[in-house]
Amino acid sequence: MRKIFVVLTLFTAFVLALAACGGAAPAPSGETVTVKETVVVTVEVPVAGSPAAPAVVAPAGYGVTLETVKARGNLICGVNSQVPGFGYVDADGNFAGIDVDYCRALAAAIFGDASKVEFRPVTAAERFTALQSGEIDILSRNTTWSLVRDTELGGNFVHTTFYDGQGMMVPADSGLTTLEDLEGGTICVQTGTTTELNLSDVMASLGVSYTPAVFEDADATFAAYAEGRCDAVTTDKSGLVSRRSVLPDPSAHVIMDVTMSKEPLGPMVRHGDDQWFDIAQWTVFAMFAGEEFDITSANVDDVKANATAPEVRRLLGLEGDLGLKLGLTNDFAYNIIKLVGNYEEVYNRNLGPDTPTYIPRGLNSLYTEGGLLYAPPFR
Amino acid sequence: MSRDEQQKTTIPFWRDERILRFLGQIVFVLFVLFVGALIYQNMKAGLAKQGITLSYSFFNGVSGFDIAETAFPYDRNSTYWQAFLVGLANTLSVGVVGIVFATILGVILGVARLSTNFIINRLAAFYLELIRNLSLLVFLIFWYLGVFLKLPRVKEAIIWPGDIILTNRGVGIPWGIPTASFPTFRLILIFGLILAVIVFFALRAYGQRTGRAPLTLLWSILTFILVGLLGWIILPEKPLTLDLPLVKGLNLSGGKILSPEFMALTSGLVLYTAAFIGEVVRAGIQSVSKGQVEASRALGLNAFQTLRLVVFPQALRVIIPPLTSQYLNLVKNSSLAIAVGYPDVFYVSNTIQNQTGRAVEMISLVMVTYLAISLFTSLLMNWYNQRIKLVER
Repeated sequence: MRKIFVVLTLFTAFVLALAACGGAAPAPSGETVTVKETVVVTVEVPVAGSPAAPAVVAPAGYGVTLETVKARGNLICGVNSQVPGFGYVDADGNFAGIDVDYCRALAAAIFGDASKVEFRPVTAAERFTALQSGEIDILSRNTTWSLVRDTELGGNFVHTTFYDGQGMMVPADSGLTTLEDLEGGTICVQTGTTTELNLSDVMASLGVSYTPAVFEDADATFAAYAEGRCDAVTTDKSGLVSRRSVLPDPSAHVIMDVTMSKEPLGPMVRHGDDQWFDIAQWTVFAMFAGEEFDITSANVDDVKANATAPEVRRLLGLEGDLGLKLGLTNDFAYNIIKLVGNYEEVYNRNLGPDTPTYIPRGLNSLYTEGGLLYAPPFR
Repeated sequence: MSRDEQQKTTIPFWRDERILRFLGQIVFVLFVLFVGALIYQNMKAGLAKQGITLSYSFFNGVSGFDIAETAFPYDRNSTYWQAFLVGLANTLSVGVVGIVFATILGVILGVARLSTNFIINRLAAFYLELIRNLSLLVFLIFWYLGVFLKLPRVKEAIIWPGDIILTNRGVGIPWGIPTASFPTFRLILIFGLILAVIVFFALRAYGQRTGRAPLTLLWSILTFILVGLLGWIILPEKPLTLDLPLVKGLNLSGGKILSPEFMALTSGLVLYTAAFIGEVVRAGIQSVSKGQVEASRALGLNAFQTLRLVVFPQALRVIIPPLTSQYLNLVKNSSLAIAVGYPDVFYVSNTIQNQTGRAVEMISLVMVTYLAISLFTSLLMNWYNQRIKLVER
């Protein structure tokens, strides 16, 4: 008997020790930091005659994410799986949507292969924890940029990929047209979202009393709305359009002509790795620039063969070494456009007129067409 | 060296079993502490790397979100701490309502399961087998989406006799609204309660002295009701006015409105837990040997007296410990409220965690909260168990 006890104790101790090591394992970056100390990188500037660039001191954590992703061989992207047009699992079981395509573009920029990405569906509630803990490399899940999220949640927002505003959907036969009509009513909303807070803000400033019915995920929220649990449902307007397309009778629901908030939606990365932030940021800009210069996945090879404009040549990696500066290959933007497409292509594929989730481009047009999409110069 | 000398020599401490055992315990405790500290350090280092520190100071911040069901005044200007308390109050109300109804239904089911009436017996058996083999989460979602949200919309509300309104916005029941004389009435009720306790002890003493078996509990409850009724009639103004629920605008108003979330959660938990309590009660009753029943019948006790005076007191000893775990299960299972959108403590904490990003703080607080509720429940039940356990001489 005693022998068994000793063996059991040893075994337990062994398992616990393993668990302790396992606990330390998810922070490999921490180990790297201690080994790395300070790396001094001298950059040779290819332009003849210019003085040598000053030594760049890389802060701790710099470049860790790209190294991890490359070593793993794929990108892990936290996405939505319940909002058609943004992040959704289609009838064939593939992920689709504008946020999903962004992940593919990032994989194309890093690996030259848009399929080297693993999509991990995260709920609104768990998304920030998943990003903080390193479970996902980047969060691309229609997430609203706000100050608290940018600071306290330990993340940085990459440039906005979709400008949105919060809306309100009601059954068409209800006769409700303004927020004031909802006095005393019940409103369905999803927990853990900025929407939940905006609703409270807007209704308080209008002096309208209401009862919230709050649910854990989008499916539950809209299922309850479809059953008539609430008089109205609120989320980002894009979300309303896309969810309406999967309601039992889409034509029986109208979206009120009110915009309750600003909702800039974009990808988010962890604090502490500026190189990774830059890569994520310039992937967005490469897609904007592709549209601006009329480079599509169909004509990119032609453009590359015949390009004369210097900025197009720099964008496609024919001139200069913009890609290398990001720690990628020089043709990263070419890969993005070739394998995934420019912003317009991605938009039309997911939210264009031919899709059930059609949303007019509005603010999400190029600055030349009255929108807000504006890529800084590629130089 | 002779045999005698060998036995006299003291055993060195590294072979002394008592010391070794003691040392083993110390080493084990140290090991556990070490592992705990390692995990804590790892967590702190991980958080520090992302510039996040542990602190509960955010609790005083303005929450900024609304909660549908609040036991006390709460709005978007209240603090996170108040939001947490609202959730806690909701959890407790589901727990108390759930335990009361699950116990009543469970005892009925347990007795029915042993009934000699074939139909009652089979029906109870079918119910117990069916419910005990379902997943609770599935069961709750069935009650929410399949039953309470399938009730008619507000405009086509079903009205049951007794002014009970059934809609998919909630179930409205008539409810009393306190008037000016309510405080006096409350005093009368307290007086009635004291009187009932006196009657209870007096009757028990009488029973022990004479050897008769008066219906102690029944009489004391009747006393309480009688005093209450008298107070109700004597007071010039009625202490409560009846408020009937009615459909007003988009929603129900007046009376007491029980939301579909609350109804789905409590009915799901009650019907589920009652099935387990039914089995516990059946096992308890069957644990009393048949000879006891036969002996009491031989003494001339009727069936009810046999059950009340002989079987139940003995069965309780077997019933209480597993019943305690069922109560604990019910309270802990109430955290599944998140699936049907009822704002219990876990659900509200989740919302706070989302809005503030304070995952570690909120999860640890919720864990401590459930631990405290469970320990308190067990404490009460253990105390009761001590009271009724077999006194062995």
